[in-house]
Amino acid sequence: MASFTGKVFVLGDDIDTDIIIPTEYLALKTIEDMRPYGFYPLRPELPSLIKPGDIIVAGSNFGCGSSREQAPEVIKALGVKCVVAKSFARIFYRNSINNGLLLIENSDIQDKIKEGDELTVEPGRELVLNGEAFKIGSLPDNLMDILNEGGLVNAMKKRNGVK
Amino acid sequence: MGMTIAEKIIARAAKATEAHAGNIYVVELDHLMSNDGTTHLTIDMYNKLKNRKIYDKSKLVWIVDHNVPCDSPKTAASQKKMRDFAKENGITFHEGDGICHELMIEKYVNPKELIFGADSHTCSYGELGAFGTGVGCTDYLYAMVTGKSWVLCPETLRFNFTGELQNGATARDLILTIIGRIGANGANYKAMEFAGPGMKNLTMSDRICICNLCVEAGAKTALMEVDDIAKAYLKEHGREAADGFVSDEDAVFEKVYDIDLSEIVPVVAKPHFVDNVSPVSEVEDVKINEAFLGSCNNGRIEDLRLGASIIKGKKVAEGVRFLVSPASREVYDQAMSEGIIETFMEAGAIVVNPNCSVCWGSCQGVIGEGEVLISTGTRNFKGRAGDKNSFVYLGSAATVTASAVAGRIVGADKI
Repeated sequence: MASFTGKVFVLGDDIDTDIIIPTEYLALKTIEDMRPYGFYPLRPELPSLIKPGDIIVAGSNFGCGSSREQAPEVIKALGVKCVVAKSFARIFYRNSINNGLLLIENSDIQDKIKEGDELTVEPGRELVLNGEAFKIGSLPDNLMDILNEGGLVNAMKKRNGVK
Repeated sequence: MGMTIAEKIIARAAKATEAHAGNIYVVELDHLMSNDGTTHLTIDMYNKLKNRKIYDKSKLVWIVDHNVPCDSPKTAASQKKMRDFAKENGITFHEGDGICHELMIEKYVNPKELIFGADSHTCSYGELGAFGTGVGCTDYLYAMVTGKSWVLCPETLRFNFTGELQNGATARDLILTIIGRIGANGANYKAMEFAGPGMKNLTMSDRICICNLCVEAGAKTALMEVDDIAKAYLKEHGREAADGFVSDEDAVFEKVYDIDLSEIVPVVAKPHFVDNVSPVSEVEDVKINEAFLGSCNNGRIEDLRLGASIIKGKKVAEGVRFLVSPASREVYDQAMSEGIIETFMEAGAIVVNPNCSVCWGSCQGVIGEGEVLISTGTRNFKGRAGDKNSFVYLGSAATVTASAVAGRIVGADKI
């Protein structure tokens, strides 16, 4: 995956799946219909501010709560290129990889970053903020393959044959 | 090298002699549960595959429980899709019979099994010695088509219980206290194993309550040994009283906690986080608009008996809605035969059908702006039960029922 630079939106700890997409909007027909309600209980203005390629930086336990897969799908539909957090809840982590949303665990930049900063991401290598580099880990190969295919269904179609 | 219960179950599912924390294994699943929260999405993805085949339909259990009865044409369409697909493909299907986890425990889960459920509270099956874990609909689809998935074998946090719950404390107060202590991500990616001499003082209902809530500490699963109490439950529910796994003496636990059950006091989780836990006595001035007794955490007959014993001969406070939802048809029938439904109705409660109800925050008992709910549901996230500017407190069946009578949060000893 090639490196990229995006504008940062900063969120706190324990951003749960009900905040990312509240239950009452799950009945909407498509992810595109749900998109305007992303982060509605916390920051209803975010969907109108986030531009394709932007980055979310958050604290610990991002994505805790329900197994609703609409959560990573809505974040992806908003155009968010990746989420950097101190830690991720495990179901959300799997769901994000399965939907081709890049997640990066890092606990060093949260104290130094502010909303609107530009962050450069070199997947598997480093984050660069205001000229300062922060090392990041890389995903195991089996997960990187899923991510590079754009998600688990695409990866499975490749193995399983596609319509 | 010794293994934990979690490691033994993963080794069995991977057909390996050993499994250890930190390694990824390809495993075969024993059951695959999905509900109306996301099954329609799984079907949409399935229908786009070229080679459409379910690996083993006998492993699938589909349950409509989140929006029952159905609340909108959009939900009706997604439930119809699920119902039709289940019929066409011969998939075991429940609708209106109860909450998915309660039904899985009553009818399907066996010791040593590895179970995926497209619902975060699938960690509820540990009291029967089974490794249940929540996944999204894409992981579910993959397992449905291939019969397999990958899992990262988790580290285990071990909780040794001694003593007995007293002073009005329940299993709900115990698990909330543990989550408050280790934090909302204190067990992230890990298994939580419960053992020790105190286990014999916990009923099956207590154990289900404990396992169910472990995902609120981030846990991948919750596990217990299958003792005589668990075996009696299996027998009563028409299944073989099979042995479960026990962690080896030299198994490696990431951390061991010793908990004296007699020290637990009634607590609540305050808005908007499940680990924001305080003794009930510290929030007794909080006025409520609604109370809810039900959910996969506390909707069993033992919870309803406890609530009924508190409210019998009393009335729900003026201006308060008190919703009661038995977790399954079996629980509902039992509650009727014991006169419990009558007791709640006489007190002015609204007794509804078995379903996720208020805990799901969509089809029943949604709360409005500025309103306060006290609930035995699983979560108190911002907006979880309705308006984004509303407030949810979580507590035991006893605290919720007492609060419904008092019109403010109180312990059962205060009414």
